[in-house]
Amino acid sequence: MAKEFWRWKEYNWQDENLNWRDGKVITGGVDVGSVSSQAVVMVDGELFAFSNMRTGSDSPNSALNAMNWALENTGMTLDHFDFIVGTGYGRVNVPFADKAITEIACHARGGNYMYGPTVRTILDMGGQDCKAILCDERGKVTNFLMNDKCAAGTGRGMEVFADLLGVSIEDVGDLSLDVDEEPPPVSSTCVVFAKSEAAGLLREGWSQSRVLAAYCSAMAHRVFTLLERVGVSPDFAITGGIAKNIGVVSRIERELNLTALKPKHDTQIAGALGAALFGKALVEKGKGRKNKAVA
Amino acid sequence: MVTIGIDVGAKNAKILILKDGEILISKYRESGFDQAGVTTALLDETLAELKLTRDDITSICSTGAGRKAVTFANEVVTEVSATSRATFEMYPEVRTVIDVGAEEGRAIRCGERGKVEDFAINEKCAAGSGAFTEAMARALELTVEELGKISLDSSASVPMNAQCAVFAESEVISLLHANTAKQDIAKAIHDAIASRIVSMTRRVGLNKPIALVGGMARNVGFVHSLNAAIEDEVLIPDSPEMTAAYGAALIAAERAA
Amino acid sequence: MKANYGYMDGSGEYYITIDTDKCMECSEHFCVKACPAGLFRIIEDDYEDMVAEIIPNKRQAIKYDCAPCKPLEDRPELPCMAACTPQAIEHSW
Ligand code: SF4
Ligand code: SF4
Repeated sequence: MAKEFWRWKEYNWQDENLNWRDGKVITGGVDVGSVSSQAVVMVDGELFAFSNMRTGSDSPNSALNAMNWALENTGMTLDHFDFIVGTGYGRVNVPFADKAITEIACHARGGNYMYGPTVRTILDMGGQDCKAILCDERGKVTNFLMNDKCAAGTGRGMEVFADLLGVSIEDVGDLSLDVDEEPPPVSSTCVVFAKSEAAGLLREGWSQSRVLAAYCSAMAHRVFTLLERVGVSPDFAITGGIAKNIGVVSRIERELNLTALKPKHDTQIAGALGAALFGKALVEKGKGRKNKAVA
Repeated sequence: MVTIGIDVGAKNAKILILKDGEILISKYRESGFDQAGVTTALLDETLAELKLTRDDITSICSTGAGRKAVTFANEVVTEVSATSRATFEMYPEVRTVIDVGAEEGRAIRCGERGKVEDFAINEKCAAGSGAFTEAMARALELTVEELGKISLDSSASVPMNAQCAVFAESEVISLLHANTAKQDIAKAIHDAIASRIVSMTRRVGLNKPIALVGGMARNVGFVHSLNAAIEDEVLIPDSPEMTAAYGAALIAAERAA
Repeated sequence: MKANYGYMDGSGEYYITIDTDKCMECSEHFCVKACPAGLFRIIEDDYEDMVAEIIPNKRQAIKYDCAPCKPLEDRPELPCMAACTPQAIEHSW
């Protein structure tokens, strides 16, 4: 049951200056996540179009809807593709994809394109998981870990706190910075125990902001520990829903003593973008559709 | 000789008074945020009930996560030692004790005379303790007792995938939406926690017979799932949540002798 | 690539690391049979190498699944690590 943790808008984007009919290799990437789905279209390795929308209850449909929306009014159809790669948690449910590739590998590839070849560490913080990925200058993963077992360090954990304090999730970041001095972080990692701890702090008279500050810094520390396991090296980038929470991001930057790179595009498309890039590489290896319907 | 054991747990503070090996009284109350205040009040009230004063007491031993808050105790022991000691008193033949409380689950291997040989703990993650069933009961809008009871009516085995109390709550709600019977969900919850507790116990060795103590021993659904998982019946004392306090009082008496 | 499978929760870190650069050189795949909990399988990974991975739906409970191999006292060498000829497997706990 997907729940929405961060406010984001559904939208599509197309590069109007690019005439795709002149392109030689057209590849697509579709990332079906538990909360949102993205479709990306690349023409000869250039980003041509993408869409970002909510995942419905049925993954195959969500994948198709996302792709159709990216292609809206371009005249391009599924038949024009040389290769389509599915990724994300619903990657096996992309019926029109030629191959499924894990979100870890796609994220690294997409991050490499989005942030440039100097990016070495990508932290992806989603609604229900958290990934730390190290990659080389070609966007190949060299080390990764994922945490999707524990709600601490995910959007879900943050949502439990926002609910407890009765604030909306998109205000958490700003509110958490509205404190005179940084309080000590909430000591329990476990969201269940941290929640009772926070209830105690509120009873002691702590302000909403102070409690949020204590939780955001606990969350930042949690993520820091995850990153330490893979060993952070610059350049460093953050993607996913929590990338939009300044309260957590600024505290992670402080703890790492590194500033996160600013992306050129919406970070939510990193996975789908990487998928489309994998598609291009596979076509170049001669693995593209032999019977591409429309040249 | 009168000795007292006080166990300050995450949820409740418990007191037990022992006279020459006999239990005179035992009581508990929510430990709350002022553990020192609560335990002092609990002590004074219990003594007053028995028409005793602090001068009649030979020794007081505290235990539990909040044991340091008991400033008037003259002995302090860990809950593992206290639990093991009490288990020996009740079931001298038992070598494996499982203790599941509100925030922690433990498995202890005891040796001669209740000495602790080894122990494993599930802590700091609600998925491995009573907090898990509490959160699930809340999601189903039931009390923990009700959750335990209805679980006995199920013979289904619905798998629970989430290993986190927070994600498991969403899973429980999805199961409800998918019209899974509440008793089947209840059983899935207890099977899940029982399987985690059994795995932890394997680390110290599953030597039968096994005693089960701590507040979760009151949960009939959990006990049922645990028995099924170990293919045996655990031994449960009459007041399982008083075990550590009892052990503390026994240790106080031993040390004073 | 170092692939870390497992998780971190309030109680600690539980990761099984497979060094795929070492693993891809192996054709014996003894780990699959050695693990009593059946946690390993061989796949073609995203870079088209044949390597071992921890089966996806087993990744969230390895602390529990590995418990029988990790007694607190006299812990023997883990079957998976003992079986792995290129020494590609590590456990974080
Ligand atoms: S520590 Fe808490 S939040 Fe994390 S897995 Fe355990 S129950 Fe869930
Ligand atoms: S420790 Fe045992 S159960 Fe765990 S992966 Fe290795 S062989 Fe399998």
